[in-house]
Amino acid sequence: MKLSNVVDNLSLEVKTGKGNLQNNVTGVYISDLLSDVMGNSKEGNIWITLQTHLNIVAVAGLKNLSGIIIVGNRQLQEDVLQKAEAEKITVMSTPLPAFEIAGKLYQLLNQ
Amino acid sequence: MDEIIEGNFQIIGGNFANAGEASMQMKAKLMELGVDEATIRRAAIATFEAEMNVIIYAAAGRLHYYITPHNITIKIEDMGPGIEDIEQAMQEGYSTAPDWVREMGWGAGMGLPNMKKNSDEFKIDSVVGEGTTVEMIINFS
Repeated sequence: MKLSNVVDNLSLEVKTGKGNLQNNVTGVYISDLLSDVMGNSKEGNIWITLQTHLNIVAVAGLKNLSGIIIVGNRQLQEDVLQKAEAEKITVMSTPLPAFEIAGKLYQLLNQ
Repeated sequence: MDEIIEGNFQIIGGNFANAGEASMQMKAKLMELGVDEATIRRAAIATFEAEMNVIIYAAAGRLHYYITPHNITIKIEDMGPGIEDIEQAMQEGYSTAPDWVREMGWGAGMGLPNMKKNSDEFKIDSVVGEGTTVEMIINFS
């Protein structure tokens, strides 16, 4: 499934990296521990997290993730948005908590 | 590819903003050389965790990588507190990170194990009060 389908179906707000929306989503990884994401996420995964600091951009870039969904309407600092834009990382935002957005995503990807 | 390619980076302790810079440049270099994806992934994970350890624990450090046609060697030397019990530090889940670092999602005790898991050869030496040196070799498949 393309990232753009996920964005449309889940009403995500795309904060950065709008140029990547045609990329394929290979699955989803949920964790707020960055080493866990480094170790266990797979290329093309969407990463669901509540972390909003700069290091999420490096993790997503190094692991070639298809995007990051920030849950619970957590706000991102301007420096994080700039870095994500520069590194072409798609950062998306939802007001939903992790469990709910994960449930919707699970249904969508298993249709 | 038959030449040797090297890179050197200074890492400043506490500088979370630049975390991943060495890893990303190294990854770009490996991609340029046409190294297979699985190897690049292992090298990127191992190098990023090493960078993070310097940023979290040390005053400063240096990262050096060295690419031959057969493998990549990554060496990280830091001026940090050193590790008293290396065996304990290598255990998954063991960490001495302060709370504010854990709140960022680091300090889960996965850094050194991730580095070892993704290397073909892993060496660590540490002197308390002086610093820690890690050397990792990842073979190209």
